[in-house]
Amino acid sequence: MTAAAQVARPDVVSKAMIAHAIAPRASGRPWTFYVLLTVFVLYVLALYGPMICIYILSFQDVRGGLVFPMKGLSMHWFVDLFTQVRTGDVKGAFDRSFKLALIVTLITVVVSFLAGLAFRRRFRGDGIVFYLMIGSLVAPGLVLSIGVGLLMHFVGIEGRWYTSAVGAQLSWTLPFGVLVMFAVMSRFDRAWEEAAYDLGATRWQAIWLVVVPILAPGIVAVALFGFTLSYDEFARTLQTAGSLNTLPLEIWTMTLNVTSPSLYALGTVTTVISFAIITTCLGSIALMQKRRTRRAPVN
Amino acid sequence: MAARDGVFGWLYISPLMLVLVPFFVAPILVVIAASFFESDGFGGLIANPTLANYADIFTSKLTLNLYSETIKFTILTWLFSLIIGFWVAYFLVFHVRNQLLAIGLFLLCTVPFWTSNIIRMISWIPLLGKEGLINMSLIKLGVVHEPLEFLLFSSFSVVVAYVHQLTIFMVVPIFNAMARIDKRVVEAALDAGSSRLDIMRLIVLPLSKNGIALGSIFVVSIVMGDFFVIKVMSGGGSASVVGALYEDVGVLQYPTAAASAVVLTIVVTLLVTAILRTVDVRREIAQ
Repeated sequence: MTAAAQVARPDVVSKAMIAHAIAPRASGRPWTFYVLLTVFVLYVLALYGPMICIYILSFQDVRGGLVFPMKGLSMHWFVDLFTQVRTGDVKGAFDRSFKLALIVTLITVVVSFLAGLAFRRRFRGDGIVFYLMIGSLVAPGLVLSIGVGLLMHFVGIEGRWYTSAVGAQLSWTLPFGVLVMFAVMSRFDRAWEEAAYDLGATRWQAIWLVVVPILAPGIVAVALFGFTLSYDEFARTLQTAGSLNTLPLEIWTMTLNVTSPSLYALGTVTTVISFAIITTCLGSIALMQKRRTRRAPVN
Repeated sequence: MAARDGVFGWLYISPLMLVLVPFFVAPILVVIAASFFESDGFGGLIANPTLANYADIFTSKLTLNLYSETIKFTILTWLFSLIIGFWVAYFLVFHVRNQLLAIGLFLLCTVPFWTSNIIRMISWIPLLGKEGLINMSLIKLGVVHEPLEFLLFSSFSVVVAYVHQLTIFMVVPIFNAMARIDKRVVEAALDAGSSRLDIMRLIVLPLSKNGIALGSIFVVSIVMGDFFVIKVMSGGGSASVVGALYEDVGVLQYPTAAASAVVLTIVVTLLVTAILRTVDVRREIAQ
């Protein structure tokens, strides 16, 4: 099962853990517990601490600088972000990134689902497809970006965020999506599908009425990966987005030119959006799991 | 049955191939082709087969510097993310007894993965800067009298930013591999009188090897292919292979950039292949 997929399938973890629950040894904790607890707490602090700092600093007033101490409290830099010319077209970039992420998510979900179905059985050339996918995942983003850019140039099509950038991002989100899909499908009992066939379902009915509803939480997880990976993608979009910036490209330009808390304000706004997406996806997965356990107390 | 499945297999996989061929295979082929072309100096390519681009790369002293710099950061990042990632995963799997809590803590570690990398990178500036939180605190505490200069825009901050971003790529696969270790094996070893060190050396490490390899592939390929972390966090002090390549693109020297991209891709492929040889990653992923 893929690593990243584990995230999306909390139930997988839980099952594994129930099966192998370690028997508490005697009483108390070994000293290693306390050492590792410290390591863990420090890791989480280092993970979130810096981010929290810039969220706080983005709420300074007009005197604000890039470092602590905090100078005043206002929404000044948020207004600045969306009104000043020197910060670029932030609103447009938001708009484009959001639409781009939606397009990429939709394609990622559908294509990964179909690929996941294919990979349940061996087929001729499955190894090649698998390693192409891994290659696409680990290839340096900028190299692919330049390749796609040159290709568009040769073919004579102007690169746009909604054409070439979509393709370039898919070369990154799809392998991820398929790997997550592997994990999701490895938990699927084929007997349910066979039962549908036995009851006279067509292939399409079996997939749409049996497989998709059962795998729905996993499919939401693939959507979460698709959206967030696209929304934050940088290197592959760099040479393929054409003349209009996406949000990460906008942030990149700002890190080089803008030295005011506007940059932090942008960080706060984009993280709020990311968190909204994450909460929606994880929340709906949790809801689906809850409804399921209620309906089927056995198991 | 088998034949039917074969046909449907390809039917289901064709949309994936329709993306991978034009947006992965073709661009790589274009880059390879461009690396043998001449530049007209204005962003155009002259289809005149030449090896001059490669000759430039292999004779330039800069190449060696770029690679040694990039590999230095790759090794440092890999090492720190592995150490931290391994122990975080180990803690979650073997020390947290409440499984709901373990899942919650695991999600806590993964949430930042879904937020912007660039934002997480620049968020170190208010902490590590000359007037940043760490320097101010150290001065207040009297540990140092002058702000520490090496904290930001240095090799140090580059490694900090990389480890901050990439440790999750180690935590998830190692966690996943460890969660599958049958705890009864550990119990049996304890009953048979083995020490903690033996359990680690003979059970936990071998059984999490696949997870470590998978994480290493992610970390190595991302650091080798990165240029913006190194550019921003080193304050321009350090160069990287991809950074130099991007500068070539900036001045429209596509053939030189392409040749250096080909060399880089070969190096990354060799590294990934070397890691793949140690484990069966496909089995690890598709299970």
